[in-house]
Amino acid sequence: MGFNKRVLEIDAAAETNRIVAALRQTVLRRMRRYGGVVGISGGVDSAVVLALALRAFGPQKVIALMLPENDSDPESEVLARRYAQACGVTAVLENITPALEGFGCYARRDEAIRRVFPEYDAAKGYKAKIVLPKNLLEEDTVNVFSLTIVDPNGVEQTKPLFPRDFLQIVAASNFKQRTRMAMLYYHAESNHYAVIGTANKNEHGQGFFVKHGDAGVDVQPIAHLYKTQVYQLAEYLKVPEEIRNRVPTTDTYSAPTSQQEFFFRLPFEVMDLLWFAQEHGYPPAEVAAVMGLTEVQVQRAYNEFTRKQRTTAYLRMAPVSFGAVQEGTARAEAS
Amino acid sequence: MTADVLKINAAATAAAIEARIRDLVLVNLKRKGAVVALSGGVDSSVVAALCARALGKERVFGLFLPERDCSPDSLRLGRMLAASLGIRTCVEDITPILEAAGCYRRRDDAIRTVIPEYGDGYTCKIVLPQTLDATYPVYSVVVRSPEGVLKKARLNAEACLSIIAATNFKQRTRKMMEYYYADRYNYAVAGTPNRLEFDQGFFVKNGDGAADFKPIAHLYKTQVYQLAEFLGIPEEIRTRPPTTDTYPMEQSQEEFYFALPSEQMDLCLYAKNHGIPAAEAAAAVGLPAKSVEHVYRMVDSKRKSTRYLHQRPLLVEDVAEIQH
Amino acid sequence: MQNAQRDTLRQFVVENFLFGQVDNLSDQDSFLEKGIIDSTGILELISFLERHYRIKIADEDLIEQNFDSIDKLMAFLSRKLRVSKD
Repeated sequence: MGFNKRVLEIDAAAETNRIVAALRQTVLRRMRRYGGVVGISGGVDSAVVLALALRAFGPQKVIALMLPENDSDPESEVLARRYAQACGVTAVLENITPALEGFGCYARRDEAIRRVFPEYDAAKGYKAKIVLPKNLLEEDTVNVFSLTIVDPNGVEQTKPLFPRDFLQIVAASNFKQRTRMAMLYYHAESNHYAVIGTANKNEHGQGFFVKHGDAGVDVQPIAHLYKTQVYQLAEYLKVPEEIRNRVPTTDTYSAPTSQQEFFFRLPFEVMDLLWFAQEHGYPPAEVAAVMGLTEVQVQRAYNEFTRKQRTTAYLRMAPVSFGAVQEGTARAEAS
Repeated sequence: MTADVLKINAAATAAAIEARIRDLVLVNLKRKGAVVALSGGVDSSVVAALCARALGKERVFGLFLPERDCSPDSLRLGRMLAASLGIRTCVEDITPILEAAGCYRRRDDAIRTVIPEYGDGYTCKIVLPQTLDATYPVYSVVVRSPEGVLKKARLNAEACLSIIAATNFKQRTRKMMEYYYADRYNYAVAGTPNRLEFDQGFFVKNGDGAADFKPIAHLYKTQVYQLAEFLGIPEEIRTRPPTTDTYPMEQSQEEFYFALPSEQMDLCLYAKNHGIPAAEAAAAVGLPAKSVEHVYRMVDSKRKSTRYLHQRPLLVEDVAEIQH
Repeated sequence: MQNAQRDTLRQFVVENFLFGQVDNLSDQDSFLEKGIIDSTGILELISFLERHYRIKIADEDLIEQNFDSIDKLMAFLSRKLRVSKD
């Protein structure tokens, strides 16, 4: 079969059943845990995972956890709570701001931001975000991150980031995902449950996650699904439109940041198809014709996927041990 | 079998590990150095020394991560070690983070469900039965009142899970701080478990169990001591009894997890791994064959029950492009 | 009476540790060897027995001989219940 725009269509009902069965098998039998904890953000991925977990374990054995902090969009919490209620579970709220203050998350981040923009002051209403060059297909841009701040009057300024400042901002922001992980595990361990992750294939495969943060979970039930396939499941699972229609955000930086500008640099509908095409070895010429793009553009996207997979390999590496420890089987048995 | 089976050539072992660290950190992980959290114990001291020899002292960052319940010795000995290696260090007191995460409050609430009078001025720890009979490893909480009165109560499932879940914030918070520095300097995080801990699942998932590389996970504890001597780790660190440094009351690793001193545990594990029957190992271990038999079974049951800790996130379906 | 007790115990083990899958569990099967009950499981079992049969399980009782199969549990319970009646 040639490449066409419908290659990512799935049988949502069959896929749901398959995942639910796999969740039961993995969590209840293999891990011998009694149920699952899901962190819900008001986004489509966690909404789908919550619905799947509920089908697998039942509402008595699922904890839905909301983990907002200072920079979270308040809308996220409203949507998450309403959705959990509609699913028949009570969402548990753990505001992680105090813990993040303890880590110095905001202070360390803002210190690095002020090295770039001395006038930046979160208390005065300044907001900040990190972005990549806009469109991946347009030119062979190097992936240089820049820092954008928005002053209280809404005026934006952007400057390129030096590695030292970039690393400090990212390192400090990563406390958010890692603190969420620790809180999810607190609730999981208190109840002898497993932590259920919400990464989709785009995030998992291209390394859009924090090591031991949002990636530090026990099971990843949708990591094999492209984002567009997650949307198909969402529709089948009756995730409300107000969640399905939201633009995926990072919800990490104080100025609203879409995942597209922060990381993926392409709309999901386009990226998923191009990625699928690359994975299945379709020649750029054939794909370009179907997608209405040039061959050069398709090749550019292919290169980017390969590059991201390579540069983020560190994130997926299991801790390397030296010498044989034949008994503890930390290695390949994953996935 | 004799106790000599665990003797190593420390110089050769150290050299091999150092070569591997260079390769792993600089080539495989593509990082510029290593972050090591220093607890003042022998394992983290040996790991820091190996990293400093492998990468150069300027490429090793030592972190002290004390909190309210740590023994003050930990920081003092950690500093002594760092000074002897000449590495950069930083102290991050994690108490405020743990308070904000509700670590102490959640733990204390859980303790009060079994010992209602537990409160200000009390200290606590949890312990396993200290026997090699075929008993279940059921935890009890021990508290000491401000007047010095001890009280012990067996834990039910809910209290036990809640206490452990709450105290696990400590290991996870430490690891987050280690990764902050690793992310910031583009370094790798060194894990410090020895073979006993690694094999028997004596670590917190995504806490002290998390790291980018674990250079001594294949060494028995006795072998770590041999390396420590060779590497010139200060004697006070080498002779300090291993503690968990997690509960406010002094708690040995035997009380908390292994039920046997590490030299004996090492020999039992070695014998079991090499298919040596309990009767034959008994003399070298210094225990009756029946007890060694029981330790063998404990080892198996711990491996089974802690398999979960070793598992990476499980996928419903392989993502072919990604090599795990 | 004995049979009802056996059924109750079986049902508890099957529901809580086998998640409803009976897996042809025999009354002699060792919970430890079959990996049915881990260290959390034993706590759940103790709580259940203490609550359901209104008995107090002492630290000395916590040996494998008492808890490691349906048969052993039955024997342990009948000893315990006899003592508490006296």
